[in-house]
Amino acid sequence: MSYRNYILVCGGTACESSKATEIYEALVNEIKHQNLTEEVQVIKTGCFGFCEQGPIVKILPEDSFYVQVTPADAKELVEEHIVKGREVKRLLYNKDKSKKHAKVEDIEFYQKQFRIVLRNCGFIDPENIDEYIAREGYAALEKVLFEMTPDQVIDELRTAGLRGRGGAGFPTWMKWNFTKQANGECKYVVCNADEGDPGAYMDRSTLEGDPHSVLEAMTIAGRTVGANQGFIYIRAEYPLAIHRLEIAMAQAREYGLLGKNILNSGFDFDIEIRLGAGAFVCGEETALLASIEGKRGMPVPRPPFPAVKGLWGMPTVINNVETWANIPVIMLKGGDWFSQIGTADSHGTKVFALTGKIRNSGLVEVPMGTTLREIIYDIGGGIANDRKFKAVQTGGPSGGVITADYLDTPIDFASLTKLGSMMGSGGMIVMDEDDCIVDVAKFYLNFSVEESCGKCSPCRIGGRTLANLLEKITKGNGELKDIEQMKEIGSAMKKASLCALGQTAPNPILSTLNYFEDEYMAHIVDKKCPAGKCKSLITYNILEDKCIGCTACARKCPVGAISGERRSVHVIDQAACIKCGACFDTCKFGAIEVR
Amino acid sequence: MAKMTLQELRKLRDTKKSEIQKRVVDDKDTQIIVGMGTCGIAAGAKEVLDAFLKELDEHNLNSVVVTQTGCMGLCYVEPTVEVISPGMPSVIYGKVDVEVAKTIVKEHIMGNKLVTDHVFDRPSADILKDGGK
Repeated sequence: MSYRNYILVCGGTACESSKATEIYEALVNEIKHQNLTEEVQVIKTGCFGFCEQGPIVKILPEDSFYVQVTPADAKELVEEHIVKGREVKRLLYNKDKSKKHAKVEDIEFYQKQFRIVLRNCGFIDPENIDEYIAREGYAALEKVLFEMTPDQVIDELRTAGLRGRGGAGFPTWMKWNFTKQANGECKYVVCNADEGDPGAYMDRSTLEGDPHSVLEAMTIAGRTVGANQGFIYIRAEYPLAIHRLEIAMAQAREYGLLGKNILNSGFDFDIEIRLGAGAFVCGEETALLASIEGKRGMPVPRPPFPAVKGLWGMPTVINNVETWANIPVIMLKGGDWFSQIGTADSHGTKVFALTGKIRNSGLVEVPMGTTLREIIYDIGGGIANDRKFKAVQTGGPSGGVITADYLDTPIDFASLTKLGSMMGSGGMIVMDEDDCIVDVAKFYLNFSVEESCGKCSPCRIGGRTLANLLEKITKGNGELKDIEQMKEIGSAMKKASLCALGQTAPNPILSTLNYFEDEYMAHIVDKKCPAGKCKSLITYNILEDKCIGCTACARKCPVGAISGERRSVHVIDQAACIKCGACFDTCKFGAIEVR
Repeated sequence: MAKMTLQELRKLRDTKKSEIQKRVVDDKDTQIIVGMGTCGIAAGAKEVLDAFLKELDEHNLNSVVVTQTGCMGLCYVEPTVEVISPGMPSVIYGKVDVEVAKTIVKEHIMGNKLVTDHVFDRPSADILKDGGK
């Protein structure tokens, strides 16, 4: 069956929330209305990654990249582009205004990307197994079932040098090998889809856009280590990913690619979904396994590692979604191919969720060794609103900040750790000069404190004490000795906490103290917040020589703290001011200063 | 579909692969552009476009992309079709009907031979290319 045109509509969560489903339905109706169902195929795909400009519609074969599409545009797209063959110029992505970008390869966002994990995202219909199969889907499973021994599979992974993409970067082949060698009545394969870092959505998009890649990889692991049962632990907040996984599993079972006697090979493997309630600590592998068992999600000391004693005490392979999605490609193209990509100690690619004060926020996949500058400026398009770059936060609440001086660092596991941050699962939050670094540290620390399970005291008490100290500093009551105390508590937590949550919770503070000590000092000694974020430390004042008495600020002030006659200088009543900044944003004459 | 054997899976993959291949744009080196202005459509360009798609399908030609454009200006010989393929001069064919479309695929695309009876022009210079220089 050959179509004349293909319309790909992004069906990731970001685009769905801005009416992608309605756009899809409107396009389908319009195609029906024009009697074109035989000639044009409309496909809802996974995330295109270019979320800043969503919802996205791509029309092939012209490769026209339409952005910020609304359901009302569907009629015009079909009438103009499909029927008359004229691109709808006003919806084409066009960054410079001077130059029209019609083709995806002309868009800077995609120039430096290399897609292994996201190979099918934004290209296939994730709810149709045939489309996955058409893209070499389940060919890796074929190879593993009929042409390779389990040891060859592990060797291939070792050659590839794939390291876990969930954060810690542990070599995947070693995990598999330990589980394979361990003795147990039965063994398990687990997918960690409990993505929890603020601003991170790599795993969600992978599952939404290409669920079969994870199912195929888990089946390969089952065959390799000798397991017949897999579990996907995914948070209930990801309904679309769960829905698509369920569809994918049903289709795979129907085709005999999951279940008893897969492809008549005599190998049985099936997968069940377990929903998490959204506790951050359940992303930690031992807590996750406890949660699958129906217990409270709390970590236990390792060793024994799950590879030896995991789910219900049985040897268990547990990998993160992104790690899984790499595996079918490695099996097909070989470990050598994979090891050529990236840097000496970190092979392959990494997916990042680029967010914060960045022009093109979205999902990007780059080879390891790409520099932060390339990601932020070339792919991300630089800082939004022409502000100045201040720092980038990687690794979520376990990571730290990286400043402008280190923007040319090639990203891999070692280099980020050396800078006091970490690869983490791939959240990347960009900050500009308007962000207060103490406030940022407080945000991440409070996140870890809220998500702490409370089992061990270094994390439970240390985290709370750190949070109180930061609160004290941002309120303007900080003392010099607080800094020493924070460092002391931080290093104790790192050493004594039971799991990675507590061990890494002080990282945002320690790393910001390292790079931005002057900003902490400004809060403590001068009682000032240089970025103007900490409300207790700033005052708004009206400059007499600039105020023309237009009354705009007085009308905007929600608490009536500004007074003054028309055409005469206005005054802010500091006692009544709630420091909301509405006057500052309203004034067109730059007459309001923040100090 | 019921449970598959290895052979069935491979067969399914081959069929679906050639279908999905049509969605990949970057490996296409040959372009067939059908003039679909009002004049073209009135002269039967739509049937011609369908004929191209069908013919390419039959010969399993995956590196060819068929697109449509507006009026090429040669309204007296509609339907018009521009063909750009490597190693061949770019030409505009006129008076293309379903039969001629089949001939173009067989001779021009597969045989690297111009269908001389129907060559009417070569594409005009693109003034927007290289910044209009």
